[in-house]
Amino acid sequence: SKLFSGSQVQFAAPPNSLVSFFDASLPGTLPVLNRRCVEAAVMTGLALNCSINKKSLFDRKHYFYADLPAGYQITQQRVPIAVNGSLSYSLCIDNKMSQMVTKTVRIKQIQLEQDSGKSLHDDVRSQTLVDLNRAGVGLMEVVMEPDMCCGEEAAAAVRELQLILQTLGSSQAVMAEGQLRVDANVSVHHPGEPYGVRTEVKNINSIRFLAKAVDYEIERQIEELESGGTILNETRAFDSKLGCTVPMRDKEGKQDYRFMPEPNLPPLILYNARSLPANMNHQQVVNIDWIHERLPDLPSVKRAKLVEQYGILPEHSFTLLNEAGLTEFFEDVIKQTQMKPKKVIGWILNDLLSYLKQHSLTVKESPVSSFLLADLLNRLEKKEISSTAAKQVFAELWKGEGKTPLEIVKEKKLQLIQDQEDLERICQAVIDGQENEVMAIKSGNRKVLNKLIGLVQRETQGRSNPVLVKQLLEKKLSE
Amino acid sequence: QRCLSLIKSTKFLNAYITVAEETALKQAEESEKRYKRGQPLGVLDGIPIAVKDNFNTAGIETTCASNMLKGYISPYNATVVQKLLDQGAVLLGKTNLDEFAMGSGSTDGVFGPVRNPWSYSRQYKEKSVPKSHSEDKDSNWVITGGSSGGSAAAVSSFTCFAALGSDTGGSTRNPAAHCGVVGLKPTYGLISRHGLIPLVNSMDVPGILTRCVDDAAVVLGSLAGHDPKDSTTIQDNFKPFELSDLTDVSKLSIGIPKEYHAPGLSSEILALWSKAADLFKNAGAKVIEVSLPHTRYSIVCYHVLCTAEVASNMARFDGLEYGHRSDMNKSTESMYAATRREGFNDVVRGRILSGNYFLLKQNYENYFIKAQKVRRLIANDFVKVFGSGVDILLTPTTLSDAIPYMEFIKEDNRTRSAQDDILTQAANMAGLPAINVPTALSERGLPVGLQFIGRSFQEKQLLTVAKWFEKQVKFPMIQLDEVKRHDHGVFQHQKSASFLEHRT
Repeated sequence: SKLFSGSQVQFAAPPNSLVSFFDASLPGTLPVLNRRCVEAAVMTGLALNCSINKKSLFDRKHYFYADLPAGYQITQQRVPIAVNGSLSYSLCIDNKMSQMVTKTVRIKQIQLEQDSGKSLHDDVRSQTLVDLNRAGVGLMEVVMEPDMCCGEEAAAAVRELQLILQTLGSSQAVMAEGQLRVDANVSVHHPGEPYGVRTEVKNINSIRFLAKAVDYEIERQIEELESGGTILNETRAFDSKLGCTVPMRDKEGKQDYRFMPEPNLPPLILYNARSLPANMNHQQVVNIDWIHERLPDLPSVKRAKLVEQYGILPEHSFTLLNEAGLTEFFEDVIKQTQMKPKKVIGWILNDLLSYLKQHSLTVKESPVSSFLLADLLNRLEKKEISSTAAKQVFAELWKGEGKTPLEIVKEKKLQLIQDQEDLERICQAVIDGQENEVMAIKSGNRKVLNKLIGLVQRETQGRSNPVLVKQLLEKKLSE
Repeated sequence: QRCLSLIKSTKFLNAYITVAEETALKQAEESEKRYKRGQPLGVLDGIPIAVKDNFNTAGIETTCASNMLKGYISPYNATVVQKLLDQGAVLLGKTNLDEFAMGSGSTDGVFGPVRNPWSYSRQYKEKSVPKSHSEDKDSNWVITGGSSGGSAAAVSSFTCFAALGSDTGGSTRNPAAHCGVVGLKPTYGLISRHGLIPLVNSMDVPGILTRCVDDAAVVLGSLAGHDPKDSTTIQDNFKPFELSDLTDVSKLSIGIPKEYHAPGLSSEILALWSKAADLFKNAGAKVIEVSLPHTRYSIVCYHVLCTAEVASNMARFDGLEYGHRSDMNKSTESMYAATRREGFNDVVRGRILSGNYFLLKQNYENYFIKAQKVRRLIANDFVKVFGSGVDILLTPTTLSDAIPYMEFIKEDNRTRSAQDDILTQAANMAGLPAINVPTALSERGLPVGLQFIGRSFQEKQLLTVAKWFEKQVKFPMIQLDEVKRHDHGVFQHQKSASFLEHRT
């Protein structure tokens, strides 16, 4: 529910249906702090290596706007709930997944504050419609230091933050639904000189756009400065259609928010095991240590565990975590198959994932379940089919017609020849029919062996195990 | 029903903004039924009460005596109102006040000034000398004090048995003194403010006005306690108490703060204060002079903090969600400006402007922060004095008895507030409980009260001492023709105005 009132929080609910008396700023109503929001902020602070302030304060930030019913926002300006943390994230160098480098961005602070309502401007009828469903929803503002140097870094940092928030459960952090909003502050300077004037870029609706917006703004500022201009300390909006930033309608110039302590909320006191008074009911307080003990594995830890447990590459672990549900799918397949994880991962990342991407599906929507894939991989392991055949089966499975791998294999006659004698006979036949090649091999040209293997494959319509064929041919040729 | 018709016949007092006749009669009916069944909800069941019009009452207009909220019907009851209703009290109506509780006369609301019932008392009329025969006999009526003047007048004129006021700088105690009734300001955090439209959130408290100290204790008992909807109420359990009759005051230490001998204090009140101190001394109590050295800064400090909070609290009145909305619709900003100009009187607007000035970034440190520090010093004065063994402080409540309206309006609201709040203001700064007890009639036949200030959350001790004092001084009953003429029944109970006895 909301930060200071009991209203529900729900995306796209009918306008003004989730508004309590307090949210509408009816006179005489008072804020009551939502404990769950505090816990979420503490969890996030701990996950970002922040110091949690055992005493933090609430303030009023005043400005007039239609979507701010009380004429002020309750925020934490003087002493926020968490400060001085860090966020580590990884980047691929030169777009190669194989070379990843770890970077860190410092977290200045995390503060709790109220969201405002939504204004919908109807220029046709010169009116503004106000929906207060969002007014009063709890926000955690995470302020980062300017430690990032380009769009890619910003995007990677935010992506990692998003994963952390989702893992903690403190926010769903879906940008499309406004659960995660990003404002980018960009400035440029020559190396060695102090930081330049910054602009704030708003209206960024996805991580991809974040990278674009930041890079555009960097270029714009460099061009501006190099042609003798200056950068204004202004707010700009990112136009996703044009891929550029434009100055925003200047609302009121430099605002004086007339900050004042919020008199209706006493200081927020948090405890740890040491400072917790003996007679206090633990249901009544927020205990930082208790929350710390219950933090789930953060993405970086999860990734390290995956690498260790399954022997996959670090960049694989990134891809696994980056796609919702993919890690679980991967682990489900592992449980149901004898194939080694190092081989399974290839199927997950190269086959499953690329099919999902092609069809814009999420893992949840995959027509191939982990059960079916595991079955397929088992048959491959048992050498019932060749890997080429397996790919064909996978393609069939993708159609989602409900057939099992076995059925598909039988239908398309993809099963490998199991009868060794049969195979030997064919090999022999090929050898007999290729005198020149045989002589070439015997005189040292091993490469020609591949041609023979190919001929056997053709003869068997691809249903022979190339490794086995090679062994048999070699045996025969050495006789 | 008696009360309702008395309200009608005392309409000239202008104490009520809204009279909720229908609902009151219904509530009274339900109460009768309960008594017949032998199942009253409590002591307050069936007792008629009035509520200052800055408390939210569901279904009944709440205006704060302002154009901004004229016609505003709140969807919820303030916690204190709900508690009274849950006890079976009968809500007669909403009483008049200074607009948004800003003022010390109850003269600056949009529904006009409240007249002190004592203006029409035999006691006052006998003492007043008419200047000339042709003079309108109505013109020298006196003010009630403020800002809870309507509530004080309502209780004083017998139209209800108890009323709720609010107290931010003295707004309950001041009119209580001028109208000859008991006015209690509880400790900050004892009674919920949820539903009280705020003036200064860090100083406001709901105030209780009654005709005797015992009644105040009863009402306090039903209102005090933690409210989850108000995060500034204390968590501790509150136990309602009955006041015992104090017989031995020898263990009591009464402090007389010398700074409360303020400039402008009438010689009458000074003498009364002295007499009261002697009363305690002669009864065996220890009476000593004490000092609260930062008292003289409290008005200036209050001015800064009050206007700052007012500027903030009034920001929500933009005409969009509720209340008055101007017809100006060229742009949102112009609509805001017009709405607020039309909705607020000069006093409110003046305070908003001052408050915003003090909150500007460049002024914040010098004004707001400074004032907060001075506030701490004022509060510490009391801590020191109470820590040195003093139990209760005895001071005057007002500088003089009620002055005629025509004289009061010669100075503006800000000047008057600064003058009149001086004796009551510091208790709000420190969050302490304080009570006005009607003491005697002045030479002009008007009530004068004295104030007791107690330790935080020690209302029981405070009220016990106040009750003892009340018994000693035997303050006379108001002699109002309207009341006499109207209702012999009520008059018969004049010896004790307590509704505890009224019930039997």
